[in-house]
Amino acid sequence: MSSPNGTPTKITQGSQTKGGIGESTLRPDGTLKVTGEFAYSSDMWHEDMLWGQILRSTVAHAEIVSIDTSEALATPGVYAVLTYDDLPTDVKNYGLEIQDTPVLAHGKVRHHGEPVAIVAADHPETARRAAAKIKVDYRELPVITDEASATAPDAILVHENRDDHHAGHVPHPNIVHRQPIVRGDVAEARKRADVIVEGEYTFGMQDQAFLGPESGLAVPEEDGGVHLYIATQWLHSDLRQIAPVLGLPEDKVRMTLSGVGGAFGGREDLSMQIHACLLALRTGKPVKIVYNRFESFFGHVHRHPAKLYYEHGATKDGKLTHMKCRIVLDGGAYASASPAVVGNASSLSVGPYVIDDVDIEAIALYTNNPPCGAMRGFGAVQACFAYEAQMDKLAKRLGMDPVEFRQLNAMEQGTLMPTGQPVDSPAPVAELLRRVKAMPMPPERQWESSEGADLRELPGGLSNTTHGEGVVRGVGYAVGIKNVGFSEGFDDYSTAKVRMEVVGGEPVVTVHTAMAEVGQGGVTVHAQIARTELGVTQVTINPADTRVGSAGSTSASRQTYVTGGAVKNACELVREKVLEIGRRKFGSYHPAWATAELLLEGGKVVTDGGEVLGDLADVLEDEVVEVEEEWRHRPTEPFDLRTGQGNGHVQYSFAAHRAVVEVDTELGLVKVIELACAQDVGKALNPLSVLGQIQGGTVQGLGVAVMEEIIVDPKTAKVKNPSFTDYLIPTILDTPTIPVDVLELADEYAPYGLRGIGEAPTLSSTPAVLAAIRNATGLELNRTPVRPEHLTGTSLSEA
Amino acid sequence: MRVNFTVNGRPQEADDVWEGESLLYVLRERLGLPGSKNACEQGECGSCTVRLDGVPVCSCLVAAGQVEGREVVTVEGLADYAKQRAEGGCATGACGTSLQNAQQWEAKGDSHTGEGTELSPIQQAFIDAGAVQCGFCTPGLLVAADEMLERNPTPTDADIREALSGNLCRCTGYEKIMDAVRLAAARQGEAV
Repeated sequence: MSSPNGTPTKITQGSQTKGGIGESTLRPDGTLKVTGEFAYSSDMWHEDMLWGQILRSTVAHAEIVSIDTSEALATPGVYAVLTYDDLPTDVKNYGLEIQDTPVLAHGKVRHHGEPVAIVAADHPETARRAAAKIKVDYRELPVITDEASATAPDAILVHENRDDHHAGHVPHPNIVHRQPIVRGDVAEARKRADVIVEGEYTFGMQDQAFLGPESGLAVPEEDGGVHLYIATQWLHSDLRQIAPVLGLPEDKVRMTLSGVGGAFGGREDLSMQIHACLLALRTGKPVKIVYNRFESFFGHVHRHPAKLYYEHGATKDGKLTHMKCRIVLDGGAYASASPAVVGNASSLSVGPYVIDDVDIEAIALYTNNPPCGAMRGFGAVQACFAYEAQMDKLAKRLGMDPVEFRQLNAMEQGTLMPTGQPVDSPAPVAELLRRVKAMPMPPERQWESSEGADLRELPGGLSNTTHGEGVVRGVGYAVGIKNVGFSEGFDDYSTAKVRMEVVGGEPVVTVHTAMAEVGQGGVTVHAQIARTELGVTQVTINPADTRVGSAGSTSASRQTYVTGGAVKNACELVREKVLEIGRRKFGSYHPAWATAELLLEGGKVVTDGGEVLGDLADVLEDEVVEVEEEWRHRPTEPFDLRTGQGNGHVQYSFAAHRAVVEVDTELGLVKVIELACAQDVGKALNPLSVLGQIQGGTVQGLGVAVMEEIIVDPKTAKVKNPSFTDYLIPTILDTPTIPVDVLELADEYAPYGLRGIGEAPTLSSTPAVLAAIRNATGLELNRTPVRPEHLTGTSLSEA
Repeated sequence: MRVNFTVNGRPQEADDVWEGESLLYVLRERLGLPGSKNACEQGECGSCTVRLDGVPVCSCLVAAGQVEGREVVTVEGLADYAKQRAEGGCATGACGTSLQNAQQWEAKGDSHTGEGTELSPIQQAFIDAGAVQCGFCTPGLLVAADEMLERNPTPTDADIREALSGNLCRCTGYEKIMDAVRLAAARQGEAV
């Protein structure tokens, strides 16, 4: 079939573009994005295309007694209705690590909104109405909703007959994975403690709420295969899960990355990919599926809600003695990324502090709640919320300044993680706290003006709930540690293909990777790396697809490190080949070809002393140099299942926040006045983009501090607020100014010394806001998000 | 049903429109103008913001039939719209555009790169200030911000936040969007 409208094209930054690494080069896709021309996956369009629709379960846990599709199939305009029975092969499940997620429900649904049947029709409304005509008879089962119900002696098993690789070591089949970490001797260390502080903390279920809905277009191909245009975080991971279900070899499932409207972890798992392909292959027509926002809330995993139990001890001079914690993550009905989230939560549960004696346990449950998996911060977010609350409690008990107390116990380069792994690059924890504390404070009573109070600057805003009466200011600090890259022995490689040739007398470079550009600006950075390494200005970025090797996931703050590293490496190999050509052609004319360190700069071959040896155009003439190569960071190893020991992480990333809030204590309304951040980024490859990541991550942390939570009814396990009307993300009015202080301490093991930056700011933002609200109100506040009733004492639930 | 209306100065006719279709659906799926986005389709996110007879609206909440005979400006037409305004032409779009001008927004610059495309000041400011990440909120924000600057060329920060509070962004934390609007306002001020 012909290419659909919206097929991604290569993007070239022309010869006027400046900017190697370290410069704030503008996005190559910026113009397309501001003119509306940039095609997202939901913009794909093909003549004669059909629209797919998914029918989802209306109950959380039930046996499916029967499914009757006859009325739906008889609807004019409907081309296909598929259920489990129509799946073409024996592979009927998928999953990132554990293949426990049914493509379509088989005999049972395990959470509210699970896909049961799919429809293709010639209009999206026809498809929706036809799906509504499918009759599903459910026999409801009791719901598992928390640790007590999951591990009760007579608990129904969410998954029977587990045979995954975690099944053997978990204490109960409703526990996906358990990771203990034991180091030192907590019982002995506890005796040295002058104060002991305990806490039980609750972290609500957060949604990624990326704006571009799950969507894509599957186009059947003449060879019996299918071409999927899709918004995802990792094309090759999708491919590995899709192809077996379709019964196609991987080379017959072509994957092209379409425009991605944000991700934040929510596109790590498959959503509509297999459904669109199944319908396209069944009907022989292109099929487009676009979720609406309601469906999106059911169509991807969320951040794990968690219960966290912590005990810390400290001596009276403020040194931490020990830490015990237990972190219970609700993984919901399917495993998704839960095992890796458990690994992160446990190994990062101490935070960026020196504590030699620890006893840690993290588990993820199987329940009938919505499946939870990857979201920015990935297990480290929940732990940071809890350990930072503990730090404030300890400082208060000791009568110490909370920042000084943290600095006294701050990790530094050489500190051992609880896993026994040394932190072998800079860990400027105390310095980040110093910097964020040293930033100027926002003015007091900033709402006052000569014309009276500006309501827009007050809690409650234009609702006109206060003119300053009952408004109290508070300040809070927090700092966090996040790992960068995939951990625990995962082969976390990337691949880059780089090509250099002369076009119109000018040397130009083309970079081709399968990296998912989800908004973070990886495409900008790849072009910058090519300019720096190869001395050109014009760089073309090819669309990401599966015709090049895997780039790994756009997750775990890893892409600039890993795919950036792969692009750098491929550029270096191209440079070597270009220089070989140069030596062959011109080596006899100048001895420096053989003896000097040679660089490519400004379209020329130059010595490290700056002497020009020749134009790249003359060296290459009509030769094309192309390299495709995999690149790996240092290997990691799994955590021991009993002790948690092991060099499991690649790199760490640190950020600190200071929050200034004003609270209307009478109504429980919070306005965050300022959220300052200091972060070590190793090397800012693109300073403008670095700020964008830090500010964006900070605001997602703000969201889960004061407003964002998916509410699941504990009696029915049904989602109560699947919309942007009821699930609130911060607007520009909810968001304060975010001054950022960027520190660049190189990690000698990373390309250019860079540090993955995307997630760390999401960690410390939330506990800083909570600390500021506690500071303003004097309340303990052991849960996030904080709602008005928690501040006014009118809460019926946990406050 | 058939709907006749003007989009970015050009008369358009959409046939076989089902009565339940929104203006957003007709723009995206029937007229080949997918620049207006579909992030929530319930009037909460602002990603589908267009101007209807000059007024910013969520096109997802406008029934297609309601636009019969009316003027719509989308992100695809924003550059021309701003240019006409700057040249002292019709700022509301209500007095129409020549066919030649109207066709300009279709194929300007290099379609592979976007380079050479003529942009409105607010579009250029979004690029320069780093206000674009994933870009899904960008079209709606541009239409809303352009309309605010038309009304209020020297906005305070509080004015900007108030005017853009109906447009959700999940990537940027809004700081660079604030910078972009301030930049566009400042450049607009210098140009006068």
